[in-house]
Amino acid sequence: MSALLANIAVEGVSPLVTNLAILVLAGFVGYAVISKVPNTLHTPLMSGTNAIHGIVVLGGLVLLATGADLDTGSKIILFVALVFGAINVVGGFVVTDRMLEMFKPKKDKPAAKDDAGDTKGGAA
Amino acid sequence: MTATSILFDVNFKSVLYIVAFSLFIYGLSGLTGPKTAVRGNRIAAVGMVIAVVATLLVDPFNNALLIVLGLAIGALVGVPAARQVKMTAMPQMVALFNGVGGGAVALVSWAEFRDSAGFAGKSVEIGSATLHVGTPTYIAIFSVFSALIGSISFWGSNIAFGKLQELISGKPLSLGKLQLPVQGLIGLAALACAVAIVAEPQSEIIMIGLLVFAGVFGVMLVLPIGGADMPVVISLLNAFTGLAAAAAGIALENQALIVAGMIVGASGTILTQQMAIAMNRTITSVIVGGFGGGGAEVAAGAAGAGGGTVRATSAADVAIQMAFARLVVVVPGYGMAVSQAQHAVREMAKALEAKGVEVQYAIHPVAGRMPGHMNVLLAEADVPYDQLKEMDDANGDFPRTDVAIVIGANDVTNPDARNDPSSPIYGMPILNVDESASVIVLKRSMSSGYAGIDNPLFVNPKTQMLFGDAKASVTDITSELNEL
Repeated sequence: MSALLANIAVEGVSPLVTNLAILVLAGFVGYAVISKVPNTLHTPLMSGTNAIHGIVVLGGLVLLATGADLDTGSKIILFVALVFGAINVVGGFVVTDRMLEMFKPKKDKPAAKDDAGDTKGGAA
Repeated sequence: MTATSILFDVNFKSVLYIVAFSLFIYGLSGLTGPKTAVRGNRIAAVGMVIAVVATLLVDPFNNALLIVLGLAIGALVGVPAARQVKMTAMPQMVALFNGVGGGAVALVSWAEFRDSAGFAGKSVEIGSATLHVGTPTYIAIFSVFSALIGSISFWGSNIAFGKLQELISGKPLSLGKLQLPVQGLIGLAALACAVAIVAEPQSEIIMIGLLVFAGVFGVMLVLPIGGADMPVVISLLNAFTGLAAAAAGIALENQALIVAGMIVGASGTILTQQMAIAMNRTITSVIVGGFGGGGAEVAAGAAGAGGGTVRATSAADVAIQMAFARLVVVVPGYGMAVSQAQHAVREMAKALEAKGVEVQYAIHPVAGRMPGHMNVLLAEADVPYDQLKEMDDANGDFPRTDVAIVIGANDVTNPDARNDPSSPIYGMPILNVDESASVIVLKRSMSSGYAGIDNPLFVNPKTQMLFGDAKASVTDITSELNEL
């Protein structure tokens, strides 16, 4: 078993190289996708990307789920990380959704104009 | 191969990750247009669910209770906070969410440090043999990098939150001449800890030291930054958290983390640059501190030079002027956000449109506290998207504008940015409201704007001031309009 592990390590491409390739390509994808966003959507965009980096929650999940022999201190640290990450992800997506919902309905819908008057009181 | 073993196959997990980050990218590209944005955000959220599920597909599944509890508490805190926050408080909400994200990255690195005995590696028992699996140096490097940046982002974002929420003074706070050397030393201390950890396994106190020094560095980074630059800082910290997440992804060999983190890192950097350009600042000058210390003296000078009289007016007068105009341009700013006047403004616009007056909204890219802040608020009030004009379009229209009504905006209309090379905001692109036939400024008082400098627009002979809370003033104008 250990010999097998060693072989993989020697003969395979280092995971570092593969992952660096992914990192670089992802950077270009991010640049290409994002640079097309109009100014008006910048706040929702910032909020949306903010939600996406909540993916750090995976870090806590990986270490907790695979960590059979974690000590209590590490467990506490990872638990807090998990709570933080979950707040980031869930809160981020919900807040972005709320912002974006406001952009959606009113385009060429005269009916929506009447709603504005109604929500005026409710939103306060 | 049985069904369960496929489920826990590493390749199956990788395929799910590929699906997940494809959804992130597809979702983000949806955010480029107002029609597809809601869907785009939801698609990205679906990607996130897939990524989380894929991560949980490990066979001996440990700490299940902690995981469920942690995710549940996070959701229970995050959802109500996101639902109840007022649209005006959006910037600090984003800062806070960004902060906890950065905190999570830093904590994950810390746990990794502990789990691998300071990146020395760990002993794994396989059958009867014990195998020592060393931690490759690059893992230590990327992990320590994510700890550094994550901690800076966490503490920096919390300070940004405190400033925007006005728990801490919005004014720049710094040690004056000592600021740079002290901050430099603290940065060096954090770096020294990082280098020591990478070089050879260290005791945990060094890792804690790294987190603390990086945290103090983050606090000192944001404290000296004055109000107007805050959006740039939040965006920068957002990019930081993304980069930290990508680095954590390399350390954990988790491709979903790498891709998602790096996309945010790249987008955040671009967004930060665009914001800085819109304010005619460089990212460096924002961080080194700008409107801060020198601002007060410069402002005093400008006031002396500007000197002139302010003309106050009444709601009835404003209503009459606007009712007989052909084109009225609304210039919203943070004041509109603070007094929640967006619905009142929409009502006023409807009253004007009923009288055949054309109404447009001129949106400065950094009006409010974040780019697009005004758009979000006006969209909330159901203002038609096509009436919102971006700066360049709006400036083309000001010469034919009869009445420009400035609601709680200040610095983004300050003609000094065009005319006075000694002004701290000289060179910042502004809305040329002073080119319209007449200007009405709604303002609470004669206090200066967020950048802390005076605005000669207020003493322009074309300008009339209507003092008071923006919402109350706009409501008064609307009722006067309806009586005409």
